[in-house]
Amino acid sequence: MRQIRSLEVTTGLFVLLGVAALFYLATQTTNYRTYGGHSYGVKAFFNNVGGLHVGAPVRMGGVTIGRVTAIRYNMSRYQAEVDLIISDHYDKIPADSTASILTEGVLGEQYIGVSPGGAPTFLHNGSTIHFTQSAIILENLLGQLLTHGSHSGK
Amino acid sequence: MKRPGALFQPVLELLAALGRRFHFLAVSVTLIPSVLGRPRSFIEQLFYLGSVSVILIAVGGLFVGLVLTLQFYSALSRFGATSSLGGLVTLALLRELGPVLTALLFAGRAGTSLASELGLMRATRQIDAMEVMAVDPMRRVVAPRFLAGLLAMPLLAGIFSAMGVLGSYLIGIKMMGLDPGVFWSSMRHEVSFHSDFMNGMVKSLIFGVACSLISLYEGFHARPTAEGVGRATTRSVVISSMTILALDFLLTSLMF
Repeated sequence: MRQIRSLEVTTGLFVLLGVAALFYLATQTTNYRTYGGHSYGVKAFFNNVGGLHVGAPVRMGGVTIGRVTAIRYNMSRYQAEVDLIISDHYDKIPADSTASILTEGVLGEQYIGVSPGGAPTFLHNGSTIHFTQSAIILENLLGQLLTHGSHSGK
Repeated sequence: MKRPGALFQPVLELLAALGRRFHFLAVSVTLIPSVLGRPRSFIEQLFYLGSVSVILIAVGGLFVGLVLTLQFYSALSRFGATSSLGGLVTLALLRELGPVLTALLFAGRAGTSLASELGLMRATRQIDAMEVMAVDPMRRVVAPRFLAGLLAMPLLAGIFSAMGVLGSYLIGIKMMGLDPGVFWSSMRHEVSFHSDFMNGMVKSLIFGVACSLISLYEGFHARPTAEGVGRATTRSVVISSMTILALDFLLTSLMF
């Protein structure tokens, strides 16, 4: 009887340890938390999204306030359509704010940076960010620099 | 002159061997509900397969985390990219090393004990005796072990990866003096819940099925001699390990 009891306790301990480890990994080492909680969705149209991908952070002043949930090409506007979700904590973002695709460091991940405008109305679920700035494509920039350099060299 | 059919003999034998294993799998899966009616034997098996492997898995995970971080650190510092150390180590652990190394250790630690236990039951005619008493050995012996192995694997893989992250923390922050904020935030930034964590879990669940199935099958169908038990034990480790590595390649190419 006593042996059975200690066996059951050890098994329970094992299961508890395993579940705790999984829970820890899921919540502390992954982006799980930023998906949870209440949030609202907005849209933004860009001429070029560059290397932006689904799951990329949306930041305001460097603080992550949301994530990119979908990227598709809008055939009626001939622009890339990006869906974002923004946490409900940040519900006072002016409607005329600017969304730009920025790069973290020189070769880092791309994210969406939101800089606030001055309108008295705020973004809400389903609204669109009208002022956007596309990703800076490093290759184009280098190309421009090279052609410019060769022209001035003549 | 050989019969023309003899040419296909090896192919047929291979197919038959595969078929017998999948039949064994199908029977084990259908018997899972019967285990829930008798939780005592299941808990016992979870103890023998899971609890006793915790120390091995935890130490294994810790050392893999330590070594991985040292190696990544020396590689990343050449590019001045040590800020993504935490994310890289966790990705490697969750996607590959956690599930695969846990499965390999499990095959050596628990798979062998399953195979030799069942082999010995076969050799000492306990399985035959059960059949004579109209007790289904698949239901009584195989099913609880199968379910326990299946569930123990993801839990052990979780312990392995969590210990790996701890090891990485010890080397990265305590020894190399990286910034803890950058270390943890690079993890949250790089590691995705759905495509990294969940896929790792699916992998380790599938390894759990494969590993317990192979060990149980080899033990259950061992030749009833001392030599047969030994061979079954060896075969269980060899086949499990190769299956895990092959499955890992297959799953990785499908998932990521």
